[in-house]
Amino acid sequence: MSMINYASREINCKLVYYGPGLGGKTTNLEFVFNKVAPNARGKLISLATETERTLFFDFLPVDLGTIRGFKTRFHLYTVPGQVYYNASRKLILKGVDGVVFVADSQIERMEANIEAMQNLYDNLSQHGFNITALPFVMQYNKRDLPNAATIQELQAALNPGWPVEDPARQRVTPDPYHEGENLIEEVGGQWIERAPYFEAVAMNGDGVFDTLKAVSKLVLKSLGTA
Amino acid sequence: MSGASSWSFREEDSKRIHVILMAFLRESNARTGMIVDRTGQMVATVGEEPTFDPTAFASLTAADFSANDQLARMIGEPEFGSLFHQGEKESMYLADIARRVILVVLFDNRTTLGLVKLRVRQTVAELSKVFDDMFTRGDAGQVRMETGFVGEAEDELDKLFGA
Repeated sequence: MSMINYASREINCKLVYYGPGLGGKTTNLEFVFNKVAPNARGKLISLATETERTLFFDFLPVDLGTIRGFKTRFHLYTVPGQVYYNASRKLILKGVDGVVFVADSQIERMEANIEAMQNLYDNLSQHGFNITALPFVMQYNKRDLPNAATIQELQAALNPGWPVEDPARQRVTPDPYHEGENLIEEVGGQWIERAPYFEAVAMNGDGVFDTLKAVSKLVLKSLGTA
Repeated sequence: MSGASSWSFREEDSKRIHVILMAFLRESNARTGMIVDRTGQMVATVGEEPTFDPTAFASLTAADFSANDQLARMIGEPEFGSLFHQGEKESMYLADIARRVILVVLFDNRTTLGLVKLRVRQTVAELSKVFDDMFTRGDAGQVRMETGFVGEAEDELDKLFGA
């Protein structure tokens, strides 16, 4: 639910980084905070425990500048990943415009990833949202670790695709980020769509901006006429 | 169902809110009145310009209100319609408006909590009417930017995050 304020000529869009605990959501925001020019971003607010685990959320506003007379800003939020903070997670999803799911690539974290994805579906549906209708991007983080699962395994478990019912959209749509792969395609007689995915090592910034740019573009498209 | 239901805030909405909040500040002797939406975005500020970061303030206000809403439910209340945070010199009073936005009042010892509360009641009623009108009018849920906006915004994204 982006708000367009014609009085102050502002547009604010809310992006939420979701995923299992210790997956790298906060690290994504910290990298953006450190790399974006200080005049293009606000303060990074972290409501965290003393051991730096996110308790409620992290928040970082990023300014795109003035576009067609509108000051355009993205509000980046993370949720606490730990299972027992679900009440807080649900609150942060209120009014979300786009979601980044930060998965932990380590094979041992596969269950935690799946559980967090299920939790995302459940919490969004309680807000009346459907993830397949929202700007949504997957990030496979920690690709540098030796125990990382393969992209094929992660895609099969976390991003297997959802059915495309609208006949107008049932056509092969190439994945602009991965040559030779498709976002929409026919598999076994059924048209399916997958969320765009990115590989990342958020600790050193690999893939962080690619992910953010992709979800931001999807959100902007949802605002446009085209 | 899509999650991208948006709402717009027009010049005339701003004027109506401004008039209501100015009257409130005059009568209550409070310093600043702000409207923050439930998703954490600053909608309007009237009175003394705050010296803090308004964006961060708005996101924390919404979180504060949402967390307290959940606490209310746990003790068997549908909601806490208002919250009060007391400081030594500066205090804040928050009140729900039409379940969509939050009125935030900043005040110091030039006034009292009693007076602020008294004046807030009337203000909440007036603002609720404004926001009810806003959310029920035809364009709610289908706000669209003019053609060309998306392309230009994408160019800015490339500049900011690298093409």
